Amino acid sequence: MTKRIHVSTELNGDAVDFLCDPRETLLDCLRDHLGAMGAKEGCGTGDCGACSVTLDGRLVCSCLVLGVEAEGKQIGTVEGMADGESLHPLQRKFIEHAALQCGICTPGILVAAKNLLERNPDPSETEVRYWLAGNLCRCTGYDKIVRAVMDAATEMREAS
Amino acid sequence: MNYHTPETFEDAAAIAARAAGTTRFLAGGTDVLVQLRSDLVTPDDLIDIKHIPAAKAITRTGDGGWRIGAAVSGAEMTENAALCADWPGLVEGMDLIGSTQVQGRATLVGNLCNGSPAADGVPGLIAAGCTVTVIGPKGSREVAVEEIPAGPGKTSLAKGEVITGVTIPARGQHGGDAYLRFIPRTEMDIAVVGCAVNLRLDGDTVTEARVVLGAVAPTVRLVPEAGEAILGTTLEAAALDRLAEAASAACQPIDDKRGTIEFRTHVAGVLARRAAKIAHARAKGGTA
Amino acid sequence: MALDGPKTAYKYIGTTPDRPDGLDKVTGRARYGADINVPGMLHGAVVRSPHAHARILKIDATKALAMEGVKAVVTRADFPDGLDGEDWNLQENCMAGEKALYDGHAVAAVAATSPLIARDAAKAIVVDYEPLPHVTDVDAAMAEGAPVIRDGAADFSVPEGMHPNVVRYFESGRGELEKGFAEADLVIEKSFTTEAAHQGYIEPQACLGQMGADGRGEMWVTTQGHWFVRRMSAAILGTEATGLRVTPSEIGGGFGGKTTVFIEPLSLALSRKAGGKPVKMVMTRGEVLRATGPTASASMDVKMGITKDGRITAASGTFRMQGGAFPGAPVDVTTMLAFGNYDIEHVHQVGYDVLANRPKQAAYRAPGAPMAAFATESVLDELCRKLGLDPIDTRLKNAAREGTRATFGPKYGPIGLVETLEAAKAHANYHAPLGPNQGRGVASGYWMNHGGETSASVAISEDGTVTVSIGTPDIGGSRASMALMAAEAFGVAYENVRVNISDTGALGVNEPTHGSRATFASGLATIRAAEDCITKLCKRAADKWGIDAEAVTWEDGCAKPSGPNAGEFPPMPIAEIAAEMGETGGPISGHFEDTPAGFSGSFGTHVVDVEVDPETGRTTILRYLVVQDAGKAIHPAYVEGQFQGGAVQGIGWTLNEEYIYGQDGRLQNAGFLDYRVPVASDLPMIDTVIVEVPNPGHPYGVRGVGETGITPPLPAIANAVREATGKRITDLPLRPSRVLAAIRDKGD
Repeated sequence: MTKRIHVSTELNGDAVDFLCDPRETLLDCLRDHLGAMGAKEGCGTGDCGACSVTLDGRLVCSCLVLGVEAEGKQIGTVEGMADGESLHPLQRKFIEHAALQCGICTPGILVAAKNLLERNPDPSETEVRYWLAGNLCRCTGYDKIVRAVMDAATEMREAS
Repeated sequence: MNYHTPETFEDAAAIAARAAGTTRFLAGGTDVLVQLRSDLVTPDDLIDIKHIPAAKAITRTGDGGWRIGAAVSGAEMTENAALCADWPGLVEGMDLIGSTQVQGRATLVGNLCNGSPAADGVPGLIAAGCTVTVIGPKGSREVAVEEIPAGPGKTSLAKGEVITGVTIPARGQHGGDAYLRFIPRTEMDIAVVGCAVNLRLDGDTVTEARVVLGAVAPTVRLVPEAGEAILGTTLEAAALDRLAEAASAACQPIDDKRGTIEFRTHVAGVLARRAAKIAHARAKGGTA
Repeated sequence: MALDGPKTAYKYIGTTPDRPDGLDKVTGRARYGADINVPGMLHGAVVRSPHAHARILKIDATKALAMEGVKAVVTRADFPDGLDGEDWNLQENCMAGEKALYDGHAVAAVAATSPLIARDAAKAIVVDYEPLPHVTDVDAAMAEGAPVIRDGAADFSVPEGMHPNVVRYFESGRGELEKGFAEADLVIEKSFTTEAAHQGYIEPQACLGQMGADGRGEMWVTTQGHWFVRRMSAAILGTEATGLRVTPSEIGGGFGGKTTVFIEPLSLALSRKAGGKPVKMVMTRGEVLRATGPTASASMDVKMGITKDGRITAASGTFRMQGGAFPGAPVDVTTMLAFGNYDIEHVHQVGYDVLANRPKQAAYRAPGAPMAAFATESVLDELCRKLGLDPIDTRLKNAAREGTRATFGPKYGPIGLVETLEAAKAHANYHAPLGPNQGRGVASGYWMNHGGETSASVAISEDGTVTVSIGTPDIGGSRASMALMAAEAFGVAYENVRVNISDTGALGVNEPTHGSRATFASGLATIRAAEDCITKLCKRAADKWGIDAEAVTWEDGCAKPSGPNAGEFPPMPIAEIAAEMGETGGPISGHFEDTPAGFSGSFGTHVVDVEVDPETGRTTILRYLVVQDAGKAIHPAYVEGQFQGGAVQGIGWTLNEEYIYGQDGRLQNAGFLDYRVPVASDLPMIDTVIVEVPNPGHPYGVRGVGETGITPPLPAIANAVREATGKRITDLPLRPSRVLAAIRDKGD
């Protein structure tokens, strides 16, 4: 058995650490060592986006990052989106627009959409669709997801 | 699996040279981790090059060209406006790989070293005439990009050799490049056919042309006959026909789950024609 | 209380409040199949056959069992003998016996202290195989000389002389075909194929199972039906069903694929062998694609005749389907629904269920219907084109309506096909101008829906709020629908209702969320249980007022005296009755159990515009319209969601999704990279129109809406591509190479 490696990192603003096998992905470590179950494994190969997180602000698939690579980094997951009792506008709009059915892709899509709006507060429908092309949703046909993201963007622009 | 985080390329190469079993360099990891997860390749030694400062840098070279470190992600390239303005085709090839998430990690050098004939990042590099710097037990050498791929999943790199980065020549006057690929969906697929075209013009007339095809042969392929087909032309209909014919003629594809021989051969010509027109417009100063 | 026809005026039904589980699902708190870890648990992994068809000579687990952290290995030898029928099929599919029947078939499983150790141990189990000839194509599997997958698997229905791989035969019809075709001005006959498509739920199968040596156990699992998991697992393990308590997790998509078992019995068998430690098992995406049910692939011949003025005179079809190495391809449904949209006098259908070396098919949204629709609606479209008839007018002329005797036998009650066609015709999308290389396609489709065993309870809390307990897992917002129906029935606020999905220990048997039944059947049961509860609430009020219970009525959440002799009392709110229930007779709850027969099918009509790149054969969806009959839309936003999701799954199946097998019989695209489900950038917005023709068999008129939406896209898109390219393509998917080859083919 490979010796486990100690990793110190930051999860949604909190300093955390864990021990992992170097073969374990960041997704494995989030779920099995840090108890953060929001990121999901839909494919394990970077093709579905259900495990989307940010690493130092950069959107990535946590199944394509090793746990050991998180040393000294800042990780952002869906669990860090709401501010106390107030949901992020995207979270509210997803509920309002019925933009989720089964909800398994929702955490990844929310993280990806938040990252988009931080870079581009006024995306076109086409930009939203291409940004989210790596986030598979099998339930909704994406219609209500795209509407929710566009609506959240409008609200956030108006509020700022 | 041993995980290494060297801080210089020399150390990275030395670790690889010493290693007894399977070795992989880890940059973006978008191929290495997939292979690990699917039990295709479990390296004994995994060498993470992201702790090497030069690996993460995009810099201007003295002659007005560019240097892209081996661990620079696709997203970092597309966010560099000056690089995109110089080499839009080269950058869009990189940008087409995978999702936004994959762009946050995947690297140009990783795409090259994965050895896939369908690598989207590679045709644009070859069309632009780029070189890579290889460091190994015997020192350092500069190699043309087209000399790296050696067949599906294979490269010409020797044991202990590592690529430190890509050197892109200066764009120069009246040049333009473009990359197009064909995939069944709009995103997330591996290229069924890819084509990069890099041109230089005198007025409307093509004075230099490099045409490179992906996914139609065991390696990404520079097609000199296709470039010659449009030299001295203004991309009039007959020249484009000759270009398409030369591109199709250069294809030696396979039938597989992603496309047929007939389809790839035909579409190579279609893409060559379309990419040449975009490159031409860009060379004229357009933003197409 | 009088129970008349469907209600027509509603306070809550038809509104779109936030779903009760929304907060959990946008914050990452919702717990799905793989989202549970318990102290001391083990992790399971499965050894799968790399061969399409092979005799299993020997399984050697010595090396694996010697590894540090490995606690148990199970093979078929750990399961009881003597099962038959579908129980045997399930057991054989969960764990191979003498032969591996397809690439990915489970042959052994291992439990260890970590997922990595379990994976390494699975690799260390050595299996000796003797590869056998294989067949994966349905037509090849029926042909003379094809390898026999299992001798003696055919049932009594199969005519003499068929290949042993043909295991079930269906034939139905009426009238005189020849006479009907003779009446036609134009007869077209064509052959079609469709490839297998996977449900593609984003959450892989996952469970945490625990079972002791006494055969008693617990399971946490992502499933559409936990009573099914209980019954099937118990049968496969030879234990008592009641010994196993199954709790459903949140479910990350199912579409029919999670109505059966794969790894669940293995986790229990491993747990039992490992001394009762819980064993967590989670499939990889590759395992999902290789070993869980896609739908069947089909090969079909369809012939239809029509008069110049657009009356269908006769129709016949032969449908051949393979559903993997076990009986069960849904060809019975295919033959039933093939021509079900229309009023046709002379009609005949034949179906063959064929074995092949592929995974056991599982239900996939309207199982069997989309393939038939592809063939029949393509032929009808071709007839219309050849005669210059409008596709919607022609469908309207032949449409089944109330009183029409369906081609599969019974008379239709109130149905909405005509209404969907009229709404489609009136929609702007049907009149939008088309450019070069663009085309428009129309098709209709049907799903008959399902009732199923249903049990629900409603309980009043001390403060007068309402708890609803149902047994159908919520896959797409059904808790919101149940809460709306309970709110309507009780006349209490939507927010004052909480809906729980009960485990198998808390309710009577429930069928899964399948057959488009949850909103219909669990909804009906919720309303009836509420009515049972209301009767008791009225009785409490009557007792307090000292009047007959019959003299009390229920309105807006209050008991009220009614009738001339009831006396004058102020309305008594539910909260007041609830506050005193301990003293007035004890807790108040209501129950309902039934296998409701009043379900009624849902018709839909889709209109799609495409553009085809003439140089590459790539099809782009420009506009998409879904019109479908919901009976009554309880929560219209989630009804639209079903329409949109069904349409997009149909788009995927039509354009790029397919099972690709190599010459070696191995699946070549066992991942989301090459099993190409639609991504956001592939699609436009999906326009919807909800038609409401109430179903008299439901108190509020509900029809299930989940499945119909995947049926019309296959022919609608093929019809649009026909218009854009001039080519009729009869094989799916419409992958670019196929479309380009058709375009470049100079023939018709």
